[in-house]
Amino acid sequence: MSTPPAPAPAPLALLAELTHRCPLACPYCSNPLALEGREEELQAADWARVFREAAAMGVLQLHLSGGEPAARRDLTEIVAAARMAGLYSNLITSAIGLDGARLAALQAAGLDHVQLSLQAADAADADRIAGYAGAHARKLAFARQVTALGLAFTVNIVVHRANIDAVETLVALAASLGAGRVEIAHAQYHGWALKNRPSLMPTRSQVDHAMAAVEAIRREGRYDLAIDLVVPDYYARRPKPCLGGWGRRSLNVSPSGMVLPCHAAQTIPGLEFWSVRDHALVEIWNHAPAFLAFRGTAWMGAPCRDCALAEQDWGGCRCQAMALAGDAAATDPACALSPLHGRMAEIAAEDAQATPPAYCYRGR
Amino acid sequence: MSSPPAIPARPKLAPGVRLHHDATRQAWVLLAPERVVELEGPAREIVQRCDGRHAPDQIIDALAALYTAARAEIAADVTDLLAELAARRLIV
Repeated sequence: MSTPPAPAPAPLALLAELTHRCPLACPYCSNPLALEGREEELQAADWARVFREAAAMGVLQLHLSGGEPAARRDLTEIVAAARMAGLYSNLITSAIGLDGARLAALQAAGLDHVQLSLQAADAADADRIAGYAGAHARKLAFARQVTALGLAFTVNIVVHRANIDAVETLVALAASLGAGRVEIAHAQYHGWALKNRPSLMPTRSQVDHAMAAVEAIRREGRYDLAIDLVVPDYYARRPKPCLGGWGRRSLNVSPSGMVLPCHAAQTIPGLEFWSVRDHALVEIWNHAPAFLAFRGTAWMGAPCRDCALAEQDWGGCRCQAMALAGDAAATDPACALSPLHGRMAEIAAEDAQATPPAYCYRGR
Repeated sequence: MSSPPAIPARPKLAPGVRLHHDATRQAWVLLAPERVVELEGPAREIVQRCDGRHAPDQIIDALAALYTAARAEIAADVTDLLAELAARRLIV
C-alpha cells in the first residue's frame, strides 16, 4: 500500500504574506481568523534571505501580499531584495497607503507588476464591502498613477452575492482604468470568507448570468484586456488542481515566517508547519511534514486513488475537503464523484436563498 | 481588439514582461503577469532583439547571420514568433 513519496518538483511561485495588517476589512478575505500581529512579522532581511533561497530552488514568480503589503514601511527594501534575487515581483494591493511617490520608488526598486483590488463598480457599494470610507476613490486615483508610470497592471475583483450582477460594469471599469488584465475571482470560502459564506454566496442564476456576460465581452473583443475568470467551486462539477497540486508549484510564507502549502492550510488540524526562522526554505519544501502530507497521490483514498484525473486535479482542495467533509484526505466535494457533492450544492443553494446576514468584517 | 494585434514596427517587450534565464530548469523564459513562457530554439535570439530599436527585417537579417539557413525560412520563423508574441501581448 505504501508508495515512497515522489521527489518534490521545483516550485514556480512564492506567495509572501508580508503582514496581516490591512486598513480594509473585506468580509471575503481568506486570511485566517487568527491574524498574526505586527510584533511577530519577519524583518526585511529575513525576507531577502527567503527570496534568495526561493530563487535558488527554481521559484520565478513572487506575489507580495498580505494583508496590505503597503502597511510595511520597508516595502521598497523588500521589493529591491526580490529584484536582487531575480524574482518577478507582483504587488497585490488595496492601494491604501500607496501614493504616487511611494509607487515610483517601488518601480525604481524593480517592481514588475501591480494588482489592484476593487470591491464594486459603485463607490458607495465598494466602500461598504471594504468597510472603509473613501477607499474606492483612492483606488481610482491609484490606478491613474500606475498607468502614468507605465507599470504592468491587473485589476482583481472578488465577486460574490453583492457585486456579481455588475460584472459587466466591473470589466468596463477595469478597461477604463487602463488595466491590461482583469481577474474575476469568486470568493474562496476559507478564513473570514467561510465565516461570511451565508452573506457572500451568489445564486446559481447570478453565477450563470455573470459567466455568460463575461463570455459575451470576450467573444466581441469589447476591450483591449485579458479576462481571467473561473467557475466557482460550489457550482462546479470537477475540482480545481488547487495551486497546481499540494506542494508542487507554490508555497506560501506567512507574516511570521511559517511556510504553508497554501494560504488556508492552517485550517487543517494536525499538520506540522515549519518556519523560515528555523529551517532553510528548501529543507521545508522537501521535508516539512505539512508538505509531505498531501504531496503526490499516495495519501489518496477512493475515489481519487483510482481516478484517471488524479494527477491532473490532484484531488482538488484539501482545505475545502476539511471544511465540508471534516476530513482533509477526503475527495474535494467540488468533485461530482464525492459523496458530498450534492450536499455542497445544497449548502450553496441554502446560503444563496436565505436573507444575507450582516457582514462579519475581517479583523473587527 | 476583435482582430489580433499586428507585428509592431519596432517590437519591444510589453510593460511587465522580462526575459529571464531559469537556471533551475535550464531554460530561457519570458516572465509576465501570472505567466511564464518558455522560449525554445532561436526564440531567445529573436526576443533579445525586441528592444524597440530593431525592425522585424533587421531581426531577420541578424538571425540569418547567426544561423546558416535560407533567409526565407528564417523570415518565416521570425514572423511567426513575432505574430504569436504580439497576439499574446508579450511584445508591443
